[in-house]
Amino acid sequence: MAISPNSFRTGPDERGHFGIFGGRYVAETLMPLILELETAYNAAKADPAFQSELDYLLEHYAGRPSPLYYAKRLTEKLGGAKVYLKRDELNHTGSHKINNVLGQVLMAKRMGKTRVIAETGAGQHGVATATACALFDIPCVVFMGSVDVERQSPNVFRMKMLGAEVRPVTAGSSTLKDAMNEALRDWVATCETTFYCIGTVAGPHPYPTMVRDFQCVIGNETRQQMMKAEGRLPDTLVACIGGGSNAMGLFHPFLDDKGVRIVGVEAAGHGIDTGQHAASLTGGRPGVLHGNRTYLLQDKEGQITEAHSISAGLDYPGIGPEHSWLKENGRVEYVSATDNEALEAFQLLCKLEGIIPALESSHALAHVIKLAPTLSRDNLLVMNLSGRGDKDVPQVAARMGMKIES
Amino acid sequence: MSRITRRFAQLKADKRAGLVTYITAGDPDGAISYQILKGLPAAGADLIELGMPFTDPMADGPSIQLAGQRALKAGISVDKTFDMVRRFRNETGDNDTPILLMGYYNLIYQRGVERFCKEAAAAGVDGFILVDLPPEEADELKPFAVANGIDTVLLTAPTTDDKRLPAVLKYSSGFVYFVSVLGITGTKSATEEAVRTHVERIKRHTKLPVGVGFGIRTPDQAAAVARHADAAVVGTAIVERVKAGLDDKGKAKPDLVPGVFAYIKALADGVRGVRKA
Repeated sequence: MAISPNSFRTGPDERGHFGIFGGRYVAETLMPLILELETAYNAAKADPAFQSELDYLLEHYAGRPSPLYYAKRLTEKLGGAKVYLKRDELNHTGSHKINNVLGQVLMAKRMGKTRVIAETGAGQHGVATATACALFDIPCVVFMGSVDVERQSPNVFRMKMLGAEVRPVTAGSSTLKDAMNEALRDWVATCETTFYCIGTVAGPHPYPTMVRDFQCVIGNETRQQMMKAEGRLPDTLVACIGGGSNAMGLFHPFLDDKGVRIVGVEAAGHGIDTGQHAASLTGGRPGVLHGNRTYLLQDKEGQITEAHSISAGLDYPGIGPEHSWLKENGRVEYVSATDNEALEAFQLLCKLEGIIPALESSHALAHVIKLAPTLSRDNLLVMNLSGRGDKDVPQVAARMGMKIES
Repeated sequence: MSRITRRFAQLKADKRAGLVTYITAGDPDGAISYQILKGLPAAGADLIELGMPFTDPMADGPSIQLAGQRALKAGISVDKTFDMVRRFRNETGDNDTPILLMGYYNLIYQRGVERFCKEAAAAGVDGFILVDLPPEEADELKPFAVANGIDTVLLTAPTTDDKRLPAVLKYSSGFVYFVSVLGITGTKSATEEAVRTHVERIKRHTKLPVGVGFGIRTPDQAAAVARHADAAVVGTAIVERVKAGLDDKGKAKPDLVPGVFAYIKALADGVRGVRKA
C-alpha cells in the first residue's frame, strides 16, 4: 500500500493530478477553454457573492439542507449498525445532481456563455441541467444514449417539458460514455459560446475538483447533522458510484477523519465474474478516456469495453480520478453490488420506509444490507440516498413482470 | 534528420506544398487497407497518416468513427498496425515517405509508452499525432519519442492563441498540424483567408513546416490550403471514398482501391498545381 499523505483533502496538484490520476487529456481546441474555466472557477471560489448566490439557490430553490433521517425500521430489520439516510433524493429534481448543476450554471453565466450542453445517463443530470437552464433562461442541449432514452423515458419527457433539446446518441454502446463522447464533439465545435456542464467528478481538470466542491455540501451537512443528532461523527459512510459525484460529495469532508470508515459501491451488473458489469475499480485498470486518467473497463489493447448495469446512471466504464487515487492509497474501500441485489434493496426500502430509491442508490443500500448486520448497534452508518426512484418505476415493474396501466 | 524533416525539405526544394493523406488502419479490412497504404505514394501522397482505431474517438466525426468501427470489427490491433508499416517499408522499398500514427493516447499508454515508441520506430513509424495529448500532458511521451527518433506532431487550433502557441511548439517536431476549424473531423471547412491568417501567425513563432487539416474535401480546397501552408491534410473525404467502395454487406467492390487512388490523385494535382516561392 502507498504511504498515506498527511491529508487526503489537498488534491489535486496544480496540473489537476491526483497521484497519477486526473489530468487534462483533451483536444488542443478545448485546452484554452479548460484553462479559462479553471481561472474563472478559482475566481468564483474566492468571490463571496458567488458562494452566497449558490447558497441561496441551494436553500430556497433546491430545498437544502436535505434531512439526515434515522431509518428505524431498516435498522431494526438489519439488526446491526444504526442506519441513517442522507435524503438527497428529496432535492428539487429528485437527486444530488442539482447541487452541482446550480454551481456550474452559475459559472456559465459568470463566464458569459450563452448555451449549455450536458451528457446524461439515467437522465437525472440532464433533468437537473434542463431545470437550471430554464431558471436562468439559457438554451440547453442534453446528449443521452439511445438505450438510456428508452429505459429512462420519464426523464426524457421531463427534460423536454423543461425546454431542453434531448439528442439521442446511437454511436458505440448508446449509453453514458457515448453521450459524453458526443457532448465533447459538440463542445469542440461550439466551445467559444457553450458551457459544458459535466455531471460527475470526471473529465479534464478542473471538472473533477469543481464538481466535487459543489457536491461537498452533502458531506458538510451530514457532519453537522450527525453532530446534532448523536453528538459525534458517523462511523461508516456508504454511497454508490458510477462516475462518483454523490459519493465524493459525502466522502470528501470526512477523508481526514481517520475513524470514519468509507465505502463506495460500484455496479456489479450480472456479476463481476461475468464480465458484464460497470465496476471500473474492481474490474478495470488505469487508462485515459474523457480527459482524465482513471480506472477504466478496457481490453488488453486499451479499447474501452461496454459497461453493464441495470442502473443507467452507473452504466459507465470509468470513474472519477480522485476515486482511483483513494482506492490506490487505501483510504476508501470499494465494493460492488449486482443488478439483482440492487433490485431487492429497492423493494426493501419501499416496504420498510415508504421511500422509493433510485436504482443507483439501491446499489449503496444493497451493500448496507450486507454490511450493517456485521456492525455493532452503536455504529453510526450514513448511506447517501442520492436519488429517488420514480424514474425507475416502469423499468422495475417490467423486471418484476408487472404492467403499468397508462 | 527525420524522414518528416527530409520530406518537407524536399518539398521546399521542389517549390510546392505536400499532400498528407489519412487512412484508418484496417479499414475496411487488413488486406485492402494495406493495399491502399502501399499505393498512397504513387497516388500522390507525400506523407501518410495511419489512424489507429479507438472505441471512443472523441475528436472524430461520423465518417472516421465508422471507419474505426469497421476496422475494429475486422480485427485491427496495434500489432497489426505496426505490421502494416513494416510491410510497407520492406515490400515497397519506400524509405522516404513518412508514416505518422494518429489516434488517441490510451492505446499507447496501455502498451507502455517506452515499449510503444520502440516498437513503432522499429516498424518504420516516423511520427505521432495524438488527439488527446496536449502539451500539458505531453511530457510523459516526449522523452521516449525523442529517444526513438519519433517526431511528435502536436495539434494547434484556432483557439490556440499567441500566448499559448510556444507551449505547443515546445513539444512539436517534424511539423505543426493546424486544425483549421473549431470542431471534429470532416464537418466544417475553413475559409482560405482564415487559413492564411492562422498559418502566418503560427509561422511567426516557429520555423517548423505547417500542415493544415480538417474539412479539406476537394482539389480546389487542397490547392487553396497549399497556397499558404506547407501541407494539406485530407482524412475524412478519403475515408468516405473507402466507404463508397463497399457493397451492402460491407464487402469491398472491385473499384474501391482504384476509386481511392483516383481521388487522391485529383487532390495531389490540386496541391501540385500551386507553385511556391
